[in-house]
Amino acid sequence: MKNSRYFNLRPVTVICLLVSVFLGCERDFSDDVEFATFPTNGDVFLDTFSAGLDYFPFVDAGADPEAFSVDTDEVFEGDASMRFDVPAFGNGFVGATFNTTSNRNLTGFDALTFYAKASQAATINSIGYGISGETNNKFQVTANNLSVSTRWEKYVIPIPDAKRLIGETGLFWLAEGASFEGDEGGYVLWFDEVKFEKLGTVAQPRPAIFSGEELEEQAFIGSNITITGLTQTFNLGNGVDQTISIAPSYFNFESSDNSVATVNELGQVSVIGSGKANITAILAGVKAKGSLELTSTGTLQAAPVPTKPQANVKSIFSDSYANDTESNFSPGFGGSTTQTSIATINGNSIATYSNNNFTGIIFDNTVDASGLTFLHVDIYVQQAGIEFEIQIRDVGANQMIETDVNTGLPIGDDRDRRFTFTGLGIGQWTSFDIPLDGDIAAQKNNLGALILVGGPDFILDNIYFYKE
Amino acid sequence: MNMKSINALIISPIRLKCRSMVCMLTILIVFLSCETDDEQTVTRLTDLVLSEEFDSDGAPNSELWDYDIGRGPNGDGWGNQELQYYTDRAENVTVQNGVLLITARQEAFEGAQYTSARLLTKDLFEQRYGRFEARIRLPWGQGIWPAFWMLGADIDENPWPAAGEIDIMEYRGQDPSVLIGSVHGPGYSGGNAISKEFILENDRFDTGFHIFGIEWGPEYVNFYVDDVLYNQITPEDVTGPWVFDKPFYILMNLAVGGTFVGSPNAETEFPQTMLVDYVRVYNYTEPF
Repeated sequence: MKNSRYFNLRPVTVICLLVSVFLGCERDFSDDVEFATFPTNGDVFLDTFSAGLDYFPFVDAGADPEAFSVDTDEVFEGDASMRFDVPAFGNGFVGATFNTTSNRNLTGFDALTFYAKASQAATINSIGYGISGETNNKFQVTANNLSVSTRWEKYVIPIPDAKRLIGETGLFWLAEGASFEGDEGGYVLWFDEVKFEKLGTVAQPRPAIFSGEELEEQAFIGSNITITGLTQTFNLGNGVDQTISIAPSYFNFESSDNSVATVNELGQVSVIGSGKANITAILAGVKAKGSLELTSTGTLQAAPVPTKPQANVKSIFSDSYANDTESNFSPGFGGSTTQTSIATINGNSIATYSNNNFTGIIFDNTVDASGLTFLHVDIYVQQAGIEFEIQIRDVGANQMIETDVNTGLPIGDDRDRRFTFTGLGIGQWTSFDIPLDGDIAAQKNNLGALILVGGPDFILDNIYFYKE
Repeated sequence: MNMKSINALIISPIRLKCRSMVCMLTILIVFLSCETDDEQTVTRLTDLVLSEEFDSDGAPNSELWDYDIGRGPNGDGWGNQELQYYTDRAENVTVQNGVLLITARQEAFEGAQYTSARLLTKDLFEQRYGRFEARIRLPWGQGIWPAFWMLGADIDENPWPAAGEIDIMEYRGQDPSVLIGSVHGPGYSGGNAISKEFILENDRFDTGFHIFGIEWGPEYVNFYVDDVLYNQITPEDVTGPWVFDKPFYILMNLAVGGTFVGSPNAETEFPQTMLVDYVRVYNYTEPF
């Protein structure tokens, strides 16, 4: 019976009840029993809102609820289109989802399609479908940085695995705005003939996890790691690849050893034992590119809890302090072989580095450490012979990291202080307090990065600037 | 992307109005009404003389198939700046599970960056007229150029284009729904070949097997895909002498790059494989 694939626990209970009722009547199941399905209407907005569709701007996130209107002057086909007035920088953004009050069955389609044009060439930050409060966006799909021109053109956002979409409400969503002064804003976007279609030309699925990379990470009992970089790539009818970011529930995740690590349907990996486990995924029968090989060495004790008062600290990475700035832990330097991950063990975040040759922690905003005297770092290593260097970089007034590509030395208005970590205890935390002296003694008001050279494998925690 | 405008560029005026299989039948009727032979159907030749079903695993039957090796007699990518080096290695050509696999690989080999294979029946199977068809699933991606085609068997004495060429199937991997069928001869070769494109509506050639064939007789070559006859070429259509009244041999190959298709790009996935389920040839018999 084809409806068996929809079984989950609750229907099974119901079926059991049904069985007992039927038994009471001494009657068998009919072969014709089929579950009712939701309407298969794929229309979203042709010339008006399709049946049951409503507009939900992301007002809480700062979206401009007035940005959307129905336009009867500028249309691709018929007599109306969807119009979004993208505000200039600082005046909110276009952000909304269009959901239906009754669920739709989209299993017969292979893509959301629409015609779009803009009053100037533009790039839409995010656009797709599958926003749903009830399901926590279980089947969300997003095309990032979709370029639109000033001519009406057709766009295709494929469905990663249509058989999952038996009861969708989130039919269309987008977010676009000026994210900085000088970013595109103050222009108009139009969409027309927005609908789900069975194109027949969406082909060659190539799902990926971890953006297709084969990662190796150290882990410990209690580590929780979320699988990121979830994408599906199709070749469209025009021969061009379209990659979309997709929700974890499209995948079936697998751990090669469930006594070492387990993974749930949201792509959350929990390390529960010692040993090796390889985390992989399948989407609609196609093995995803990318994997994570975890090596768990058992229990990791927490780093010593810092005791300095918050008032004396500007923190980069510690659960004990509020961050002075957010930072990029995976800057993707050219030629870097480093794999960095932020893992949480028993509620405490640590930064693990594997196979490091050089990488950095790039501060989103520079740190003024004029009144501070030390950088604190806690380091954990698991094998002998690990040594690596930290370079505390002040990026100067121009706020740019400037480096001589041949020597690696700071140039322009940059200065740095370098320190090599040696004598690291194996299987334990070693704490370092590095004086902010040397070349940055007189210039530490624009600290912009910590560069990490060598290793190759180590774990960091409690990275903060402080004064005594 | 604007499929509508792409279609409009390619489809002939008659087919512009037609989008469905029902319409395809209408086209047939239109063709029928244009022909002197009112009995014409997609195929009518049924006297099977060659049935290569690829039923034995391993190298293809050497009594039927030979190989072109290398980058062409002038080392110029077979006159088209193709990028592959053809080999007869199992990595590039083999039979598995009843299917011939011709595989293009990205690898440094004999100075080329790609390897692939070209099979041909020259001196092994040559025939004048008849019905030639193959059931193939095509590869895909920018710069991928598979072909199922024929050359005049007198090509050594009568060099191309005088020898004549019939392209039963050519296809660009970046246009996964578009098939091209052509004839080349003296005065109408290369970019001036007599060609027609066929668009597979709401489908593409790299996701399933399709039958590519011709029926060829005195003064005509009919081109068909699956159950659709989409073109007929006669001496009236060619801009030079008709050179298709002599034996031809069969070729199948998977080229990479070249002037017809352009080079692969970063999106092109390798390896790419062309899967051939069968090649069948039927004798020509006089009209019924």
